[in-house]
Amino acid sequence: MSLNGLSDQNYPGRLFCVEGIDGSGKSTQIALLHEWLKSEGYAVKFSEWNSSPLVKNTTSRGKKKHLLTPTTFSLIHATDFADRTEHEIIPYLKAGAVVLCDRYCYTAFARDVARGVSPRWVRQLYRFAAMPTVAFYFRVPLEVALDRIVMGRPDLKFYEAGLDIGLSGDPMESFKLFQARIVAEYEKMTGEFNFTVMDATRTIEDQQRQMRNIVKKHMPRRSRLHSAAKTESKSA
Amino acid sequence: MNRLRFYGDAPVSLENIGEIRGKLIVVEGPDGVGRSTQIAELRRWLESRGSAVIETGFTRSDLAGKGIKQAKQGHTLGSITLFLYYATDFADIVDGHIIPGLRSGYIILADRYIYSAIARAVVRGADPQWIREVYGFAPIPDKVLYLKIGVNELIERTINSSKGFNYWESGMDLRLGADMFDSFKEYQARVLRQFDSMKSEYGFQVIDADRPADEVADDLRLAIDSVLSLA
Repeated sequence: MSLNGLSDQNYPGRLFCVEGIDGSGKSTQIALLHEWLKSEGYAVKFSEWNSSPLVKNTTSRGKKKHLLTPTTFSLIHATDFADRTEHEIIPYLKAGAVVLCDRYCYTAFARDVARGVSPRWVRQLYRFAAMPTVAFYFRVPLEVALDRIVMGRPDLKFYEAGLDIGLSGDPMESFKLFQARIVAEYEKMTGEFNFTVMDATRTIEDQQRQMRNIVKKHMPRRSRLHSAAKTESKSA
Repeated sequence: MNRLRFYGDAPVSLENIGEIRGKLIVVEGPDGVGRSTQIAELRRWLESRGSAVIETGFTRSDLAGKGIKQAKQGHTLGSITLFLYYATDFADIVDGHIIPGLRSGYIILADRYIYSAIARAVVRGADPQWIREVYGFAPIPDKVLYLKIGVNELIERTINSSKGFNYWESGMDLRLGADMFDSFKEYQARVLRQFDSMKSEYGFQVIDADRPADEVADDLRLAIDSVLSLA
């Protein structure tokens, strides 16, 4: 176990994740990174927050019927993450692939704490998570992010707007207050988890160039990752 | 009246709920030790004394019960995923039944609690410290009554009961033996060792369950009486 509690195994693969509030542009950036890595010939596995087929029905049932409390909200997302860790993340890291995650356990640390669960407890909960090679945090002023979201989808969902914790009865107002809390949690984590902070107000091209440069530095020199994996398992 | 206390850190919303009137009584012990018979008896006794009782336990919750059942039908469920699915399920029971019941002044009779979940998870390879942290959301019971029995007596009861050996209670997912009997014996012995190691950690009151049911019932009533008379 590492200092952060994340499991620090030395797998031959590489793990990059993007974090930030909705509207920070992180999904666009990781999609561009994905395309680039594939074109460079790397074996890439993409894993998205809240997408486990084994857990999906329970989560959507809980959300639709408003059954979730701060604790169960946190646990069901951890269950989803565990399934993806056991099936999509660890095996691919062992195989020497590049794993890309749109949101990682830091999303839970930000959202669940904003929802009132203990910061210590939720960090313990995710102790089984593999340690990312680089965690990119897309920092964006709240107003900019809100503008982007409000333009895109005016229909705010119950939990997304944090309506379950009663910050405000008005969905839009509640959403803003909730997002502000999430931003505050992300900012607290930048040092704790050594985030690579991205200025998400810069152009898409600039951000992508910066990301690729950083990722490149963490790739094994000359050999491609899959061949690196072969050599490592031989020498082990 | 007392304050609700938790094993770990509770969410902010539960930290300040103030005084509660209810009591949480847990009956723990391995499968087949006679928990449900004893709990039914206790319920009748408590109700005859004028207390309102809620029975709860590791029955499947409204939230996750169906999901777990479906997930177990496939064969891809990883162990950490399963531990957390069970924890989600139990948290739904805690938040939906146990805490509201305690706040309303009920006596909650819990047929098993986090100790069973921890014992089973550790036997299946979970980090003992991690799984305890995960269940930190659980309220600390007013009393934990542990029905203790040896593995040979447990086997005898299981054979004599109509249920016999079943897949999960024999730990067949772990393949601890050539057949149900061998596996049952080894699995239950491991679970019992986990319970033993939790006795002082969680302050179990040990009740010798290798006796006639009415003698066990007398001890259980006596133990609960002492909790209720404090109120």
